[in-house]
Amino acid sequence: MADVLALRQIRKSYNVGTEVETEILHGIDLTLAAGEFVALMGPSGSGKSTLLNIIGLLDQPTSGTVSINGQDTAGLPDSALTALRGHAIGFVFQYHYLISAFTAAENVMMPMLVDQGRRNDAMQDVAYGLLDDVGLTRWRDNRANNMSGGQQQRVAIARSLAMNPSLVLADEPTGNLDSVSADAVFDLMRRINKERSTTFLIVTHNLELAKRCDRILDVVDGRISGQETGASGAAAPVLP
Amino acid sequence: MKNWVPIEWTIGLRFLTEGIMQTVFILTGIAMGVGVIVFMSAMLAGLQANFIKRVLTSQAHIQIIPPEEVARPLRHAAGVVEGAIVQRPSQRILSIDQWQTVRTAMKARPDVVTVSPTASGSALAIRGDAARSITLTGMEPDLYFQIVRIPDYIVAGTSKLESDDILVGTELAKDLGATVGDKLNLSTASGATRVLTIRGIFDLGSKGANSRNTFVALRTAQSLLRLIGGVTTLDVTVTDIYAAETIAQDISATLPVQADSWIKTNAQFFTAVRAQQSSNTLIRSFVGLSVAFGIAAVLIVSVIQRSKDIGILRAMGTRRSQVLGVFLIQGGVLGFIGSLIGSSLGAGALVLWHSAARQADGTELFPLLLEPSLFIAAAAVATVTGVAAGMAPALRAARLDPVEAIRG
Repeated sequence: MADVLALRQIRKSYNVGTEVETEILHGIDLTLAAGEFVALMGPSGSGKSTLLNIIGLLDQPTSGTVSINGQDTAGLPDSALTALRGHAIGFVFQYHYLISAFTAAENVMMPMLVDQGRRNDAMQDVAYGLLDDVGLTRWRDNRANNMSGGQQQRVAIARSLAMNPSLVLADEPTGNLDSVSADAVFDLMRRINKERSTTFLIVTHNLELAKRCDRILDVVDGRISGQETGASGAAAPVLP
Repeated sequence: MKNWVPIEWTIGLRFLTEGIMQTVFILTGIAMGVGVIVFMSAMLAGLQANFIKRVLTSQAHIQIIPPEEVARPLRHAAGVVEGAIVQRPSQRILSIDQWQTVRTAMKARPDVVTVSPTASGSALAIRGDAARSITLTGMEPDLYFQIVRIPDYIVAGTSKLESDDILVGTELAKDLGATVGDKLNLSTASGATRVLTIRGIFDLGSKGANSRNTFVALRTAQSLLRLIGGVTTLDVTVTDIYAAETIAQDISATLPVQADSWIKTNAQFFTAVRAQQSSNTLIRSFVGLSVAFGIAAVLIVSVIQRSKDIGILRAMGTRRSQVLGVFLIQGGVLGFIGSLIGSSLGAGALVLWHSAARQADGTELFPLLLEPSLFIAAAAVATVTGVAAGMAPALRAARLDPVEAIRG
């Protein structure tokens, strides 16, 4: 399978060039193949979120290269990074972060809207289809603040798939849900992963859920200290 | 959400409608500001138009008169003056030298509308035992009434003048105990006398003007003032009343006459008009600034409140320019809608004030001038102000780091 993501020697420091320069990530190498479903674990402050932001092109590494679908992102201007992020990467956050001024269907359409600039009927069909997929057919015209946490997270997952990205980054997507909702959301992501061959990288503190992934990556002190094979997959090498 | 609406408009308008109370409050603020501007502008324009109308319908924009007579000192030789005292000569009633030529030159100017020759001087009006000194103005009614609207001020009789007719003011008629159809005996310093019939009585709105001014046909005045064929003044109206002084200076410089504009002869009034315009502009500017800062403050709060939404939008591929557009559109929409409401409020308040505020004689204090251009200008300025006020918050939103924004 082709690599969806390739990180080479990613380092991230803050306060560069000052006496208090702090390196958060210490030369991380990682590849994710198409269709992988990978958990990223580690204690708080270990650098998981920073790593996820760099993979999501929301932040720039101090050194090292990030390649998305074989495209090296080093040196790309902000506009190109924004376009690549919009087309290739979907995001699911812990606190759902739906835009409360819009309905569920409009939230799902939003990535397509900002890409195209105007709405068209095809976008609505895609959004309705995705909401059908996540079991929210009846809720598509509801405002986000009228929905439960689990429902909102399912809308967020549908939204992350709107542009049919090759990679979905989920930052503790079940962290704010009760165990039943967390299971349902996790199962949904797993089903989508299998049906669409979309690669998922999920930050989680829930070991039981992580064990249901293809791989588990442990981040400790800014390094991937190890990986283990999940219940449903085989370990892939950290270094290509 | 409509298919044709750009996403920046959709998001901007949704943000405004979702925070409806905030939007209502700022719209109220903008509307009040625009309302004050519209009210003040229309009222002051009306008052000013009324003042100017009153001044300029009772006098010419420019009066052309003969140059002042000056005494030439007797000189013995170059630089040596013989007379120790040079007495200023008395100013006789003189005709403008070759006034027909001057009138032709005036008519040829594109900035001149009307030229009316008049012959005026002092006279004594006698009726029975009563006598009053008057200013006698002889003119050609068809031309002169285009400048000084005497027919509008006639309260008894008519303004039509024959050679033996005279128009007098209400005060003079009262003082002489005369009314329309009565005879007056007029005599001038030159010794000429004539009996004229009162054809009409006018009220110029000023006791002094009503007691002194009288109007007769030009030939009648020429005869009484011993100015056969001559005129003492050419009354001129121009296309741009505020250019009157410049035109007057130009006339004085190019012709052997003295030209005085209404601006010069009413310097105090003109200064008051200018001061009124300046204070109006100043007040409108400060109100406009208040509106701009109000919009900016609300949008800055909105950017802070919406920072997570902005972060999410940026994460899903929204360009900085699109985020910028969202907040500029909000500023423009707030300004535009606020101006529509404010214009309605201002116009409504002005109509109420216009119907309530009356002069002592019951006539309107000022004409109601609600020009469409005022509302178009108010909407345009408020919209541009809204967009400009939205610039700082919009830039702040566009520059938000999505990571920081999402983290909050």
